[in-house]
Amino acid sequence: MKKLLIGNHAVSYGAMLSRAEVIAAYPITPQTQVVEELAELCASGKLKAQFIKVESEHSAMSACIGAAQAGARAFTATSSQGLALMHEVLHWAANARLPIVMANINRAMAPGWNIWADHIDSLAQRDTGWMQFYAETNQEVLDTIIIAYKVCERVLLPAMINLDAFFLSHTAQSVEIPEQDMVDEFLPPYNPEIKLDPDDPRAFGGLLPPKYYMEMRCKLHSAHRNALKIIEEEEKNFFKIFKRKYGLVDEFYTKDAQIIIVTSSTITSTAREFVMRERKKGRKLGLLKVRVFRPFPFEKIRGALKNCEKLVVIDRNISYGNAGIFATEIKSALYGFRNVPVFGFVAGLGGRDVQLEDIEGMVDFARKKNFSKDEIWWGLKK
Amino acid sequence: MKENQKLPEIVVSSGSMKINKTGSWRNLRPEIDYSKCIRCMICWKFCPDACIKINKEGIKLAPRENLKKEPAPEIDYDYCKGCGICAEECPAKCIAMLKEKK
Repeated sequence: MKKLLIGNHAVSYGAMLSRAEVIAAYPITPQTQVVEELAELCASGKLKAQFIKVESEHSAMSACIGAAQAGARAFTATSSQGLALMHEVLHWAANARLPIVMANINRAMAPGWNIWADHIDSLAQRDTGWMQFYAETNQEVLDTIIIAYKVCERVLLPAMINLDAFFLSHTAQSVEIPEQDMVDEFLPPYNPEIKLDPDDPRAFGGLLPPKYYMEMRCKLHSAHRNALKIIEEEEKNFFKIFKRKYGLVDEFYTKDAQIIIVTSSTITSTAREFVMRERKKGRKLGLLKVRVFRPFPFEKIRGALKNCEKLVVIDRNISYGNAGIFATEIKSALYGFRNVPVFGFVAGLGGRDVQLEDIEGMVDFARKKNFSKDEIWWGLKK
Repeated sequence: MKENQKLPEIVVSSGSMKINKTGSWRNLRPEIDYSKCIRCMICWKFCPDACIKINKEGIKLAPRENLKKEPAPEIDYDYCKGCGICAEECPAKCIAMLKEKK
């Protein structure tokens, strides 16, 4: 069934169709409608889940951890300051290897107070051990939540589905809502081998001395590396049933492109439009969307960038004192592989719109120059 | 099989905490003087680590005859860490914190 859905409701429907059993969330702009819709779905009986009202995001994630440890499928959603407050327990969820799925509405951090799109919130949680997906459309948001549960429960890792504040969260798009029986076919009930169980009592997360700590962290890292393969497998299974696929990365006209634009999330759609216009003029421009950021798909990225002459990386974030985070990571993927100029543009912070003309300007900038040592702050007032 | 392969994917014990006794690092040891204990169970309520058990049979040593058959608190030294909260909260002041002998 096709329906007009805002991104936030696509999140709620994704969680409902995945048959989330425990939902613990705390409202925050621009995520609130996710929680409102889920609360209504629970109250109306459409979703048979325990809805736990909590007093903070730290408690929301803690409740999800307890639920997942007891073998329940747990879901939460947050944004920005809320995600930052969860930080400690994000590490816990990943280190305990709990397959929790969370939607994060990408929003800037304060002060100054700003509720608009910016990727610093989720990227600041890069090293907590969570898988990170960045969605371009509301359909992708809904589908990714279902796919994420399947992947998470196979590799025992949590996943964060990121969507841009307002550009997706509050924008209605036509979304195909899958039939429940088809989702059930793709995603069977979660039944972990080891869980909190009074009939088989165990202690979880006990003391892990130096003798074993490294080994357990390496296992978590290996699970991430393995997840790259599992995500691709499950996307194939998803495609068989639903005829939609997304990939670790999305390559658009990359094969013969001289310049490739690298994006994530909603800026991708604008860049896609620009690439199509340039192609009509015979200009060899390409686009690489990084959809899965953790685990980082090194091989896919190298494969997509093997022929291009220059790169334009657009970052809706800044790692203070270094550069845009995607640009830095793309450079690390190129190390020892290819030496091509990477033009890292910092753009659209705090929800500033990145339009066709902006992308045109960035590509023009890259065409004219051979090298840029530092990142370029695009559209900064003179 | 190599040692690393034998390790589980998650940090979990192979059994319950019944096999993992955690009271070994106690410096001070609470001891109840049952001749003064009024069986109020406030120590049981306040123990942060659930290390005070209830002896339902009662203990013969008691300040009054009618308390001898009342349920009495008993400290579980396998898990007690010696924090002293029971001694602090005891209204009858009948719990002494003694230096632990190793």
